[in-house]
Formats: sequence, C-alpha cells, structure tokens
Amino acid sequence: MPDLVIRNLHANITGTDTEILKGIDLQMSKGEIHAIMGPNGSGKSTLSHVLMGHPGYEVTEGEVLFEGANLLDLAADERSRAGLFLSFQYPFAVPGVTVANFIRMAVNAHRKGGPDGVDNPVRIPEFRKQIQEAMELLEIDKSMASRSLNDGFSGGEKKRFEILQMAMLQPKIAILDETDSGLDIDALRIVSDGINRLVGPNMGTLIITHYQRILDYVKPDQIHVLMDGRIVRSGGAELAHELETSGYADIAKEVVS
Amino acid sequence: MAPETADVDLGEYKWGFHDEENPVIKIERGLNEDVIRQISAHKGEPKWMLDFRLDAYEIFLSKPMPNWGADLSGIDFDNIFYYLKPAEINARSWDDVPDTIKNTFERLGIPEAERKFLAGVGAQYESEVIYHSLKKELEDQGILFLDTGQALLEHEDLFREYFASIIPSADNKFSALNSAVWSGGSFIYVPPGVKIEQPLQAYFRINAENMGQFERTLIIVDEGAYVHYVEGCTAPTYSSDSLHSAVVEILVKKGGRCRYTTIQNWSNNVYNLVTKRAVAEEDATMEWVDGNLGSKVTMKYPAVVLKGERAHGEILSIAFAGEGQHQDAGGKVTHVAPNTTSVITSKSISKDGGRSSYRGLLRVNKDAEGSKSKVVCDALIIDPESRTDTYPYINIMADQVDIGHEATVSKLGEEQIYYLMSRGLSEAEASALIVAGFVEPITKELPLEYAVELNRLIQLQMEGSVG
Repeated sequence: MPDLVIRNLHANITGTDTEILKGIDLQMSKGEIHAIMGPNGSGKSTLSHVLMGHPGYEVTEGEVLFEGANLLDLAADERSRAGLFLSFQYPFAVPGVTVANFIRMAVNAHRKGGPDGVDNPVRIPEFRKQIQEAMELLEIDKSMASRSLNDGFSGGEKKRFEILQMAMLQPKIAILDETDSGLDIDALRIVSDGINRLVGPNMGTLIITHYQRILDYVKPDQIHVLMDGRIVRSGGAELAHELETSGYADIAKEVVS
Repeated sequence: MAPETADVDLGEYKWGFHDEENPVIKIERGLNEDVIRQISAHKGEPKWMLDFRLDAYEIFLSKPMPNWGADLSGIDFDNIFYYLKPAEINARSWDDVPDTIKNTFERLGIPEAERKFLAGVGAQYESEVIYHSLKKELEDQGILFLDTGQALLEHEDLFREYFASIIPSADNKFSALNSAVWSGGSFIYVPPGVKIEQPLQAYFRINAENMGQFERTLIIVDEGAYVHYVEGCTAPTYSSDSLHSAVVEILVKKGGRCRYTTIQNWSNNVYNLVTKRAVAEEDATMEWVDGNLGSKVTMKYPAVVLKGERAHGEILSIAFAGEGQHQDAGGKVTHVAPNTTSVITSKSISKDGGRSSYRGLLRVNKDAEGSKSKVVCDALIIDPESRTDTYPYINIMADQVDIGHEATVSKLGEEQIYYLMSRGLSEAEASALIVAGFVEPITKELPLEYAVELNRLIQLQMEGSVG
C-alpha cells in the first residue's frame, strides 16, 4: 500500500455547511514528488491543512491512511510525530522564542517516547552541528538561528525557515504549501536545491502550487489538477506545461464538457 | 526552555497548604487603637513610633476606599488579624527555627536557594521575620540587612532619617494602613561603593486564615553602591480572604544602583495592595522587576522618582491573571531632574476569565528638560472570557523631551498553536511556549534560577488552561 492514501476526502469549514473538498482521491509514497496545481480557491491550501489537522476544517466523509494507519484520528502534533510535515504558506511568528530553541524543542518532541518509551533528547553539540549544516544548505546566515522565530522575517526568509524545519524533522511525507510564492529567483533556486537534496528513498513531497515555476527546479513524478474541491486531471510533468500555455480555464471547459 | 511536565500537578496552586497554628501572640480580629498600642508595646518601640502609628491610623480612617482600579468591596477589615507572632525568636540559624515553620520554608526551597546563590535571606512568617542571615564578609563591609523592626531598635537614628520619607502615611489609604500596623519587612543599608554581587532575598509567607501581613521595607543604597533584592511570597488557599499590604521605600544615592525583583505568587484569596516607590539621585539607577502571578486582586504600581540629573528608572512588569483574578499593575515614573531616562515595559496575560490592567503614570516635570522615556505595554489574551485594559496616563510639562508609547493586544490564536503543533509540540507545550516567548523580555532580566521558576509557574498555569 502507498504511504499516503487519500480516499474520497470531503471537508467543510468547521461549524458550517461550506464544503471545500468534494471528494479527493490521491496516493503517494516516500521517494515520490507529486504536485497539486489549481487556480485560487480550488481547495489546494485546504487540502494541505486538512491533512495536517487544522482545527478550522472538519472532515465529513472519506479517509486518509498514513503508513496504513488512520491519520484523521490523530491531532496535528501526533501527525507530525508520525512523519507528516507541512510547510506553511503563511508561517506564524513566535516572538521571544529563538529559531534554534524552537527547532530543538520540535526535534525533541519527535524523539519523545522512543521504542522502550524513553525520551531521547538530542545532545546539544549534535543538534548544533545538524542545524548548521542545514542552514548552510539553505544559505541561511548563522546569526539567524538566535532570532525569534519568523518575527520580522521577510516572506522569503520565512519560507527558507520552513524548509529548515523540514530538514531538521526529516518527515516521511512533506507537504509544501505555496512554498514558491514570495521567493525571488535566487531564493527559489536555493529552496528547490534544498528540497531536491532532502527528497529521497525516505521522504516524499507533495508540492502545492499555483504556478509551474517551482516545477522547473523540482521535477514532479505526477501532477494533479485540483478544481472546485476535486482532482480533475492527473498526469506526468508535461501537464504543467500544458497548464502554463492553455491555463486552467481550458481544463475547466474540458471537465465540464 | 524545555517543558518539564513529569512531576507537575496540572494547573494547581502548589503552595496552598498550611501549617497548624501555634502562635506566641495573636491579637483578636479587627483594627482599633488598642490593637495598634498592643503591637507597638509587644515590639518595645520608642514612643515616636507609636505616635506615628496612631497618626497613620487616623489617616487610614479618614481616607475613602479608592474608587478606581480593582474592586475592593470584598475586603472586610473587621475580619482580618492584624498581628500574629508565630514564634519567639528571630533566628540566625535554621536549626533554631521551630520545625513546622522550618519545614514550610524548606518546601518553599528557601534554605537551598540560600546555600546556592544568595548573599543573605530574610524569612517572614505571618507578622514577624523568623529567620535572618547575611554572609559574614558582607556584614564586615558594613552592609546592614535585617528585619525592619529590629533596625528600628538597633539603628534608630539611621532608621528615623529615612523611614516614611519617601512614602508618607498619607500617600494613600493602604500606605496609611501599613504605617499604622506595620511589622516585619527588610531594612537594607549598603555603604558607599559597596557592590553586593549575589542577591539578597526575602520571603513572605502567610499561614493563618484571614491574616493581614503588613511588612515594611526600607532600602538605602549609598553612593556608587549596588544591591539586588529579591522577594517572593505565597500563602495557603482558604475560602475566605487575607490581606497583604506592604510599603517599600528605596533611596538610591548618587551613582548607586538598586534592582528590586518580586515574584508574587499569593494564593487566590489574598488581596495584595502594595505601595512601592524609589527615589533615584544623580546618575543613580533604579530597576523594578515586578512579577505578579498570584493573588485575588493586586493593585501595585512600583514608582521611581528621578530626582537627580541623568538618573535612570526602569520598570519591568509582568502580570498573569487567571480565573477569578484581577491584576491591576503597572508603574509610575516622575522625571524631576533634567536629562533623566526611563523605560516601562509591561506584559500581561489573561486567561480563564481573568482580568489584567496596565495602569501607568509617566510624568515629566517642567525642569526635566532633555528627558527620555519609553513605555511599552503588551497584553496577551488566552481565551475570549478574559479581559485586558490599558490606562496609560502621560503628563509632560517640560520642553525638549523624547517620549515613546506603544501598546499591543494580541490573542493566543488557535492557528498559532496549530502551527506549533504541526511541528510535534503538544497543545499545552505550544501554548506555554508562546506565553514564555511573550514574557521573554522580562524573564531574560531575571537571575537564571528565578527565570526558570517563572517559566515553570507559567507552564503550570498553562497546563491547566488547555485540554
């Protein structure tokens, strides 16, 4: 069975009848790169947050299996510790908490309750080495580690720090929600290089994007087109270019007819 | 800071226990002239002090209750015990402290802290200081650190020169009350040029139900000297109220520096109504670090009068208002001399229907040209039931001054917590981390031991609030 299996997923905004996801089916595994493309308002970000466990959405139908277990039964922190990661489109600032301290807490949360139920906090020198390597990979200045998380960061810096967290937490499946938005061309290259280095036999990624620009750097195995809460087409990398030339409108026509 | 949740009672006040009472003296409930005469007589005070007390009592009676700030209508002055002497001695060794009381202070961690990092300790239980210590080498340098009542008897001239010179009885109703019935507190004198590296600490413990604790603290930091004084306080949890009303006066002479740190953690049946004021002379620095976590109602606005040129005042205030609590806290700075500077930083957190108010007064007198001041107050609201208010009074009478004021209110957002949870932190860890980050500008100013304690207390409060 694939590592992530989404079956007929329906979701509303919590407490309303507003249905955003109207039956999503998708399967992927570690080692694979999938992209979800779609126009604004198609439900792309909602899908990423429903998978991560955002309290603002409720699943009304369908199921999600992560390594065979029911993902929807878990709270967001449990999903994270199970190996799911979401790079936020709009990360939150946490004033007074440094990047390094925060990431160390997150890493330690993942190392809680090991095989024999014992916590295994990372040793500080080991942690320091790892985070420095990851920061170098993403061309982040060392001094940034002692700044408050996302506090006063530019849009591009926030995205780099999302990928830094991904690198440190080593998820099995990483969802990247509009990670390319707000990045200039150099930053896009750096972030994409980082993603390419991290994706491998132990990690897969689901890239959510409006534009195909990032897909020139991170080559997807499969592309899915999301419109009005449903995946209307899936295909190989060539689909991105088709979208680029003909736009979502043509697909919409195609789907309706 | 990594959360340590293993051995923590979730959200419960840890210091609500009480000891069996075994007082040497316990004057009957309520306040009248006779009670005041009894207190003074037990203490063997000079007549001028009795007269001072009686005069203050008249002022107390004549002043109305404050009609601003927190709701004080629940205070029943007739139901309070104004003086309770728990033991006969003021020990210099913990071995001489009666076991029950000693055990309580051990539970509170005082002797251990004393061994580890303090220059001296005073421990007050009910109305009297029952233990006092100061390192020998500090005593040899001429530093005085003793219980205020003892200072009156042993250093009367020095005492009389400064006592009530900064906060007169008539300052407000509660300074008058304290002046009438004061007992205990710390008296500190630091001679010129002497810098005390480790903090001096006093701990105030209320034990009896309906107790009134009225300590009086007087600190004189002579020219070029430095002291860091820390106070902590706790009380048992009872179903009826207690009253804590202290007066703290500080004089920092030319070029001296005083830092006064409070971690107030009264149980939620204590009215905490405290008057604190410092005068800073030329080139002197006064810093108040004021943490208010406990009590039912707190009204406390540490004040600095910048009396000498280039004096600097700093007030860092943090208030945590939980269920049934109202923290009305803040600070007051008066710029009297030219080129004086001040910073007020206030952080408040309200949760479970608690209410926190920032109340500040910044006054720049006509002659205080070239003064600078910055006031920053930030409030964090954890849930929709809770409330925060800001009352920043600013009164500028001088020209050419530089004044800044910023205020923010933020709500602890579900989405912010979700963001942190998406990295693997539990909901409680996430909210505690956000709060710890919020108060970090204050905790970073505390000695490590107290910063850890403050973070732990906040963590405890937050553990109780989510689930």
